[in-house]
Amino acid sequence: MNRQELRTIADQAKTKQAQYKHKVCVCCGAGCISSGSQAVLEKLQEEIKTRGMENEIEVVPSGCMGPCNQGPLVKIQPDQTIYQRVTCENIAQVVQSQLIEKRPIEELLLFADSRPKPFVNAMEDPFYKKQLKIVLENCGDINPEVIEDYIVCDGYKALDKALFQMSPEEVIAEIKQSRLRGRGGAGFPTGIKWETVHKYVADQKYVICNGDEGDPGAFMDRSVLEGNPHRVLEGMAIAGYAVGASKGYAYIRGEYPLAIKRFELAIKQARKLGILGVNILGSPFSFDVEVRIGAGAFVCGEETALVASIEGKRGTPRPRPPFPAESGLWNKPTLINNVETLASIAPIINRGGQWYGEIGTPKSAGTKVLALAGKIKYSGLIEVPMGMTLREIVFDIGGGVPDGKEFKAAQTGGPSGGCIPKEHLDVKVDYESLVSLGSIMGSGGLIIMDETSNMVDVARFFMEFCMDESCGKCVPCRVGTKMLYDLLCKVCNGQGTRKDLDMLEELAIYVKEASLCGLGMSAPNPLVSTLRYFKSEYEQQITKNAAVQGGTHG
Amino acid sequence: MTKKRIATVWLGGCSGCHMSLLDIDERILEVAKLADIVKCPIVDAKEFPEVDVALVEGSVTSDEHWRELEHIRKNSKVLVSLGDCALTTNITGMRNQLAKEDVLNCAYKDAISNDKEGKMPKHWVLLNLLDKVVPLHEVVSVDYVIPGCPPSADTIFYVLFELLNDRVPDLAAERKLKYG
Amino acid sequence: MAKIPVNIDGKSLEVESGKTILEVCKANDIEILTMCHLEGLGDIGACRLCLVEIEGINKLLPACTTKVAPNQVIKTKTEKLKKYQKITTELFFAERNHVCAVCVVNGNCELQDLGYKVGMTRVRFPYLFPKCEVDTSHPWYVMDHNRCILCTRCVRVCGEVEGSYNWGVMKRGVAARIISDFNTPWGESITCTSCSKCVNACPTGAIWPKAVVQGQFKKNPKMITELVEKRKMHL
Repeated sequence: MNRQELRTIADQAKTKQAQYKHKVCVCCGAGCISSGSQAVLEKLQEEIKTRGMENEIEVVPSGCMGPCNQGPLVKIQPDQTIYQRVTCENIAQVVQSQLIEKRPIEELLLFADSRPKPFVNAMEDPFYKKQLKIVLENCGDINPEVIEDYIVCDGYKALDKALFQMSPEEVIAEIKQSRLRGRGGAGFPTGIKWETVHKYVADQKYVICNGDEGDPGAFMDRSVLEGNPHRVLEGMAIAGYAVGASKGYAYIRGEYPLAIKRFELAIKQARKLGILGVNILGSPFSFDVEVRIGAGAFVCGEETALVASIEGKRGTPRPRPPFPAESGLWNKPTLINNVETLASIAPIINRGGQWYGEIGTPKSAGTKVLALAGKIKYSGLIEVPMGMTLREIVFDIGGGVPDGKEFKAAQTGGPSGGCIPKEHLDVKVDYESLVSLGSIMGSGGLIIMDETSNMVDVARFFMEFCMDESCGKCVPCRVGTKMLYDLLCKVCNGQGTRKDLDMLEELAIYVKEASLCGLGMSAPNPLVSTLRYFKSEYEQQITKNAAVQGGTHG
Repeated sequence: MTKKRIATVWLGGCSGCHMSLLDIDERILEVAKLADIVKCPIVDAKEFPEVDVALVEGSVTSDEHWRELEHIRKNSKVLVSLGDCALTTNITGMRNQLAKEDVLNCAYKDAISNDKEGKMPKHWVLLNLLDKVVPLHEVVSVDYVIPGCPPSADTIFYVLFELLNDRVPDLAAERKLKYG
Repeated sequence: MAKIPVNIDGKSLEVESGKTILEVCKANDIEILTMCHLEGLGDIGACRLCLVEIEGINKLLPACTTKVAPNQVIKTKTEKLKKYQKITTELFFAERNHVCAVCVVNGNCELQDLGYKVGMTRVRFPYLFPKCEVDTSHPWYVMDHNRCILCTRCVRVCGEVEGSYNWGVMKRGVAARIISDFNTPWGESITCTSCSKCVNACPTGAIWPKAVVQGQFKKNPKMITELVEKRKMHL
């Protein structure tokens, strides 16, 4: 297929969609499916069919809409009305009242049970109003299993533009101008990474999409892969063009069966339309993608371990340098980007690096997808411009802490991150500000804790996670995390002593500095940050049954 | 200068460290010039008195050891872990991989020498084994250590002599470290 | 090969480019502690004993896998590194059940020597006392996991030098274990050639021949190095 045919498909799909009066999206992200949205979707399709409204109403299973704990969610377009906790029993009423009589059902509206006056147009609700959706812009509005749905929303236009109007160098320049940084956690400038891979000369290069999202409480990448897989695929193809790679791998964790299914389907559809494969859209550029499924090891999110895993070896990291950009998959130059990073590429190419660079803060440009979880009223998936304060995110978007409890801390960056106490609620959520507080942006998990949370226990939980996930290759991580975990258990059980606290601090720094890969280097972060802000809680748990005091030599 | 007071103690160990201590041979006369040995497994004294230096052999394997060690710590200015058992639990710690009940059953019931009719001893005056054998420094703070199984007489004498002369022994610097 | 200037521990040196920091240090009599490194085998940077500080890099890097670069200022003996080497050694001893008194290599053990070198008088961390298997199924050799430090020298020598790939690693973290084939008894291995290379590569008493008693066995890891060198000569 050539580029003209692609436009024809877009036009045809557009004409077809214009025939419908309404588009009803039923959220079929993993969250809503687990609360029963599949049955709601089928019931709705049946209802529309019995009423003979198939030509007026388009019913679409879509990706994640955001407020996950309110699901199953049903969104009516173009009114932008969202109904929450929809059951099969509500379907007849929704069709009759909303779609036929144009009367919104007050008690079913999004946040009807928690807002004094819920909004008929959900986009006016503070939950959505304060968000800026770039990565998630089509997520929740399109059917992720239909490529035409994506093409209608300017899908693969950026790839077309890159292939026919830009040189690889220009693509890289655009990405550099956007100041996009890696969304996997470390925040390395994406443009520079691309440039590095681009400049290495090799007969074969690779692009890898890192979808091995594993932080507890984080589901950004899963939602993007489930809700808009083509966007990621387009990003990979553009990246392949820019760095000179003809082969891509999407490494998706095995615990995400739906994401794997939809991404594999997306690859098939794209191949069929000639968007992947030999001479993409009639250009000289060839690129194909394969899915590799992770077998459940957190450490395989670390790029060198991920590479080993794709090569079929035991998924353990190796020291860097050499970085994968120089010697990665099968010792070839390899570009490894996170799902969200790749999903940000198409809009940057379409609208320009400058546009993207103006969003956010000077050092952290653009938007960040965050997964709100824990003791928060509206948990789910959001996307905000970088630099928004934590207070705005937690209270304005997330609705604050439920049940009249008080906010205590926000945990960012998962097991690699830290806890931010309420004194710092006005911190800007961007890479540098979070690091200055001893936490990290990480991949975007944001876990809220209220006054009932025990911070020593929080540290113990994350340490247990890291201990379990340590691959066992290097000593500091393998034995150090186990020692730290045992010490934390001791403190939690009220048997800790001051000596144990000192040992915790000493070991934490050692594990952080001496470990081989990012897992070990960041494993002590939750411990260190809770020691920094909640030391009194540790001290309270230390009993006086310390060893009989004496000398300390030896 | 008043003479210092030394005690040596035998907890969960084989007394090999004490044998090694005896191997300092005639150098004991030099020790005797500086100190009195006031408590020792081969000296008949019931109570553990206040001492300047206590050399403790063996690991903590029972509640009685635990109490004894706490008492020793309180009454000693300097406490020295003598030998690998005191330091690492060594051989005595090899039972730590097993459940305590299995160890007791093996000793008193299942062993062939018991004809399968052995009785588990149970009396309030008897000590109770700890679930896990621990080295001394997990119970009390320890000032100096002499590793080795057993430590050589030279090393023991070196440490003792330095301590009696109010100097700080440094096995690592003196290249006198030896495990096992 | 081109010479490049580097500075190691305050000494200015002209060294061959393309070499690792460890190779350069060895050539210049600068002692670097190692454990998972064995000359002749591929380096993995896992034991973290050879970590060095390099000016301008905010991470500690292993000397065995990091190549020298022009004008690098490298420090190998800072207080921090010494402290970390000591902690690493303590963790080695605390992880498994290292009872030197009953070990075949007592007195000839790389782990013991390491302890002496870093001046470890005692292990401050609680011993983990894991339950470990002793595999005596092989007719000549024993694999005692109590004494294994997971350096994987056996795994690498078996794959890289002998080409048998008998040894591997299973599980993660402290539960990780060296396995024969797919975790079957060593004596039933269909890949093992009984070549004894792993016995000599192993730095501790984890792999040893059956016919020796406590303290009576001395390993010969240099044999591996020499073998690899001799093979290169024939190529």
